[in-house]
Amino acid sequence: MNRNIKDKIVEGITGISVLVIIFIIVSILAITIIGGWPNLNWAFLSEFPKDGMTKGGIFPAIVGTAVMTIIMAVAAVPFGVITAIYLAEYANEKSVVAKTIRFAVKTLAVVPSIIFGLFGLGFFIGFVGKNLDSLFNGSELRWAQPNILWASLTMALLTLPVVIVSVEEAIRTIPRDMREASLALGATKWQTIRKVVLPGSISGILTGTILAVSRGAGEVAPILFTGAVYFSSHLPHSLSDQFMSLGYHIYIMSTQSSNVDATQPIQFATTLILLLLTFSLNAVAVVLRYRIRKRVK
Amino acid sequence: MNDIKVKVKELSLRYGTNLALKKISMEIPEKMVTAFIGPSGCGKSTFLRTLNRMNDLIDNVSIEGEVLIDNINIYDKNIDVVNLRKKVGMIFQKSNPFAKSVYDNIAFGPRINGISNKKILDEIVERSLEQAAIWDEVKDRLFNSALSLSGGQQQRICIARSLAVNPEILLMDEPASALDPISTAKIEELIHELKKEYTIIIVTHNMQQAARTSDLTALFYLGDLIEMNKTEIIFSNPAKKQTEDYISGRFG
Repeated sequence: MNRNIKDKIVEGITGISVLVIIFIIVSILAITIIGGWPNLNWAFLSEFPKDGMTKGGIFPAIVGTAVMTIIMAVAAVPFGVITAIYLAEYANEKSVVAKTIRFAVKTLAVVPSIIFGLFGLGFFIGFVGKNLDSLFNGSELRWAQPNILWASLTMALLTLPVVIVSVEEAIRTIPRDMREASLALGATKWQTIRKVVLPGSISGILTGTILAVSRGAGEVAPILFTGAVYFSSHLPHSLSDQFMSLGYHIYIMSTQSSNVDATQPIQFATTLILLLLTFSLNAVAVVLRYRIRKRVK
Repeated sequence: MNDIKVKVKELSLRYGTNLALKKISMEIPEKMVTAFIGPSGCGKSTFLRTLNRMNDLIDNVSIEGEVLIDNINIYDKNIDVVNLRKKVGMIFQKSNPFAKSVYDNIAFGPRINGISNKKILDEIVERSLEQAAIWDEVKDRLFNSALSLSGGQQQRICIARSLAVNPEILLMDEPASALDPISTAKIEELIHELKKEYTIIIVTHNMQQAARTSDLTALFYLGDLIEMNKTEIIFSNPAKKQTEDYISGRFG
C-alpha cells in the first residue's frame, strides 16, 4: 500500500478516537446540564430533603461530602507527601525497603474501591473503633460504628497511592544539578529538599494532590460500609456522626427511592453539583499551577 | 610555589567494581590555579568531585586513600561533609542557578547558614556579585529571576553564589564549556582575579584554556594521573611522551 495512504489512515483512526472521546464527554455534560440545571436553585442547595426524599434539597449531602473531603485531605496529603519525599530523596533505589514500599503503593492503587470499604469496616470500625470503645467508653457503642471519621480515613487510604505517585513524580522533575548546586553550597539534605526541591516542585505537588483528592470526593464504594447514610435529619456535628454524601445520594435516589420518577430531577441536579464540585477542584489545580509557574518566571 | 592546600594520597575510586581512579597522588598549592586536562572519561571530573565529596551522592561508589585539605583527611569518619562543602565550593559545567531571583540565589548559602539580617545579606550579595564581576550587569535587576540572564551571566551568578559562603577552594568543572567565546573570556579573566584569594582547581577540555588560566596542569588518562607540573613545562617540555601526544592533539 502506498505509504501516504497509510499515513492518512493512521491520521484518520487517531482523529476518530479523539472525536469519540469528545462526543462522550460532551454527552455526559449535556445530559447532566439539561436535566439538572432547571432544578438548581438556592432552596435545593440549602435545604434538607423533604417528603420521603422526593422533594427538598441536598444541603446535608453537600456538607457531608465537603467535610469528608477535607478530613481525607488532611489525613492523606501530609502522609503521602512525606512518603513521596522518602521514596524520591532518601530511599536507595535497590534497597528492600524502597522496593517493598513501591510494590505496596502500586498494589494499593489497583485494589478495587469496594475492598477499601470492606477493609475500613473491618479495621477502623471492627478493630480500632471497638478497642477505643472498650478502653474509653466502657463498651458503650460510640466509635465501633460507621461515622464520618472512619469513612474519611478509608477514603484517605484509597487516595494515598495516587498522592504518593504524583508527588514523587513532581519531586523527580527537579534536575539533579539543582540538588548538587545546593549541596555544594553546604546545605544539608533536608535544607536542599525544603529550599530547592519542594519549592521547585510545589505546582506539581499541589496539582497531583488536588486531583487525587477530587477523585476521592466523588467515590462511593469506600464509604458505603464506613459512614455514609441514606438520610440524616441533622448535619454531622462530631467525628463520630454519620453523614450524607453526594455520590451515595445519587445512588440512593436512583435505586432505593420509593418513587424513582419523582426523584429524577433531584438525581440530575445532584449529579450536576457533584460534577461541578470535582471540576472546580480540578480548576483550582490548573489555576494554582499556572500562577506558580508565572511567579517562578 | 605557594603552600600546599590539598594533598591527595593514593586515592582510588570504584563505581561498583569498575576502577575509575587508580591511586592518584598529588599536591595542589594554595591561591593558584590548577588545571586538570585529559580526554573524556579519563577521570578528571570524577577526581574533582572527590575533593568536596560530591561522589558521596552516587550509590555504590567506594573510595580508598586520603584527601588532606589543610592537613585534615576529608574522608575521615568525623568530618562534617556540610562544613567541607562550605569550604570547598563548586561550579558546574552547566550553569545551574535556582529558579529564584538573582538576590535569592546569592543569599541562599548565607541563609542556610543562619544569616537573616537584611543588611548583612545585602552586603554579602553585593560583595559576591562584585567579586564575580557581574554586579554592574545585574545591580538593577537583583529581584528578577536568575533564569532571565544569559548563559554567561548565569555562570557568573553561580560563581558569585559559591563565593557568598566564603569558600577557600573553588572547584570548577568545565565552567566555560557551554559558553560563547566572549563569555568564556570573562570567566577566564575572573579566574585570574579570583586566584588572589582562592585556591582554584579547574577541569577543562580546552587545552588553550588550561594554558591561559592555570599555573599547574595535570593530565589524566584512563583513571591514571599521567603527569603534573607547572603549566608552561607541561605545554613546552613535558616529561612523558603521552603528555606530548595529547597536548599536540595526537589523541584524545
